[in-house]
Amino acid sequence: MAFGVEQAKRWMSIINDNIQQQKEHLTELDQAIGDGDHGLNMARGFQEVVEKIASANYEDLGSLFKDVSMTLIAKVGGASGPLYGTAFLKMSLALAGKKEADDKEMVAALEAALDGIKARGKANVGEKTMVDVWEPVMEFLREKGSMQAKEAALLAKEKMEHTKELEAKKGRAAYLGSRSVGHIDPGSASSYLLFAALAEALEG
Amino acid sequence: MKYVSLVLISHSEEIVNGLKKLLNQVQPDVSIAVAGGNDGEIGTNTFRIKEAIESVYSEKGVVILFDLGSALMNAELAIEMLEKTDRIAIADAPLVEGAYIAAVEAGLGKSLDEVVRACEQAKQMVKVER
Ligand SMILES: Nc1ncnc2c1ncn2[C@@H]1O[C@H](COP(=O)(O)OP(=O)(O)O)[C@@H](O)[C@H]1O
Ligand SMILES: [Mg+2]
Repeated sequence: MAFGVEQAKRWMSIINDNIQQQKEHLTELDQAIGDGDHGLNMARGFQEVVEKIASANYEDLGSLFKDVSMTLIAKVGGASGPLYGTAFLKMSLALAGKKEADDKEMVAALEAALDGIKARGKANVGEKTMVDVWEPVMEFLREKGSMQAKEAALLAKEKMEHTKELEAKKGRAAYLGSRSVGHIDPGSASSYLLFAALAEALEG
Repeated sequence: MKYVSLVLISHSEEIVNGLKKLLNQVQPDVSIAVAGGNDGEIGTNTFRIKEAIESVYSEKGVVILFDLGSALMNAELAIEMLEKTDRIAIADAPLVEGAYIAAVEAGLGKSLDEVVRACEQAKQMVKVER
């Protein structure tokens, strides 16, 4: 697998397509256990990301993901802004100076992204946040030691669905206590879209 | 600057603008910056928070108060983007009462640590005697 600037741009563009398509769905999920802005937040953020990186030339993956990060931080709003912003910032640091990432480097960069999300939000597995998708997916990739993106996306989907059974302990949904059970976590749903997009970007 | 400065963060611009007015009435000498909302909508914004901190930064210190969880993440991210961060503290306190106490204490010329400790006491404050 070769993951270069071209693939990274394609990844962002597919995430954006996925999110624009699922905007209503993400909004409904967030209406159930949050404030209903997750779809809008993500759609606004990734639309800007795609516009920002489309015309720019990047020497390395680090500078591309830095732009992604800063755009998300500036535009997303809501908890997912600093969380995804930090995730891509950590990826940009992990991939600084690299024109291309091999499997190992890619897994390490995603690992750094997860560490960033956890450092920022202080959430652990089982608290009904995006960490419930990211952590098991990274466990899987770490174990495989290679970018098995398709399997990772399938696992992400399964873990997203599993958040339905969890009670929220972090984020806005935590205010609902046990009433948060029975709904998929919106941030887990957008994280699934992110991993699904990665699999698609690596395919073609 | 003689006094510790305050930065007030809320998901709502009106909340912090109103709170600033309230505090100015009690203590006009303390510098207070606000970061409310995100692009005119409900939310918080890292870059706005960063600008607010910079606008009132002094060696005496800056205490940050915020309303809900995601404001904390944006505040921490804003601090990480700044060069000088050792005189900036985030207070674990309710926004209105905490800011009120912070303004009073800062106005008395207290140190950053003292202001933070005092406003964090707001969590234990009994508001209604029963
Ligand atoms: N502390 C946290 N750690 C990890 N993820 C979190 C945390 N708080 C919230 N989230 C994620 O963010 C999502 C909500 O995003 P969004 O609606 O954009 O923000 P907000 O809750 O501020 O409106 C949640 O579904 C959850 O997955
Ligand atoms: Mg929301």
